[in-house]
Amino acid sequence: MAVQDYLRQRFFPHMWCPGCGHGTILNALIHSIEELKLNKNEIVMVSGIGCSARISGYVDFHSLHTLHGRALAFATGVKLSRPHLNVLVPMGDGDALAIGGNHFIHAARRNIDITAIVMNNRIYGMTGGQFSPLSGPGVKATTAPYKTIDSSFDVVELAKAAGATFVARTTAFHVKECTEMLTKAILHKGFSVVEIMSQCPTHFGRKNKEGDAVNMLGLYKDNTAKLGSKALEEKPHLIPRGIFVEKERPEYCEEYDKIIAYAMKEKIS
Amino acid sequence: MAREKLKAIVINPDWCKGCGICVALCPKKVLELDGSDKAVAVRPDDCICCRMCELRCPDLAIEVLTEEGEKNA
Repeated sequence: MAVQDYLRQRFFPHMWCPGCGHGTILNALIHSIEELKLNKNEIVMVSGIGCSARISGYVDFHSLHTLHGRALAFATGVKLSRPHLNVLVPMGDGDALAIGGNHFIHAARRNIDITAIVMNNRIYGMTGGQFSPLSGPGVKATTAPYKTIDSSFDVVELAKAAGATFVARTTAFHVKECTEMLTKAILHKGFSVVEIMSQCPTHFGRKNKEGDAVNMLGLYKDNTAKLGSKALEEKPHLIPRGIFVEKERPEYCEEYDKIIAYAMKEKIS
Repeated sequence: MAREKLKAIVINPDWCKGCGICVALCPKKVLELDGSDKAVAVRPDDCICCRMCELRCPDLAIEVLTEEGEKNA
């Protein structure tokens, strides 16, 4: 199937601003799903609220547009009742780690087979550019005209500590790597987190004098380095990209099925 | 390995928002923005079919169509 066949074309052109990284992430995700030759009827996309969450409207899968930060809670319900479906949960940085921070760590702890995609643009774009828990210190935002003083979360470290069994980070510049990581994350059995750094030229870029989308993509190229590369060794201040965790741990739905089987046996005997 | 030959670069002008990502990041400078800020392939002969424009386009407006060319010596 062609890329276009996975889209709800009647809703295009999409509502994202010119040069928004979220469109590139949608593009990479569709390419990855096309590569995996997944059946459209066996994919469920669950999203919350925000610019990022609008992604579920553009894909021709089963889709749920739910409450702010609660996408993972709804996704957990879907996955538990229909474990054979592929559940994808794209979230913004605020959606995933501010409003939905609790759901995020507990989904990771349970290791339920869901693919969480954190589309990190370091700002609340839809509501006008307020700073988020991933903005980090020294960033200008509409709610921080004199720069932020809040430290940011490290999505990778947080997901690792909470127990996610697949954790990766990439950017909207490194599209081939992005497609590859999404493919691996979807195939992984267990809770997978992919942080994708995404440019918001409208709010983050303009406030922080990072220029247009092209310039912001250039910054991703210059300020990140592949895990285990020489560049990262020489310049440890660069943001590492790559797969940080890939391990096996009992998956939640499978364990739940075992409990059901055990309880039924008790009942019969 | 057979080398891919460009058939066409199809750009959907209704979806293109003229962000210029494809224009700036094309390794062969094949694309340009026209008067109404829409991407157009002005030098298709230079295209090496790397598909980076298609993959990077945030508006999903570009498709690189290819055909199998003759084999590389």
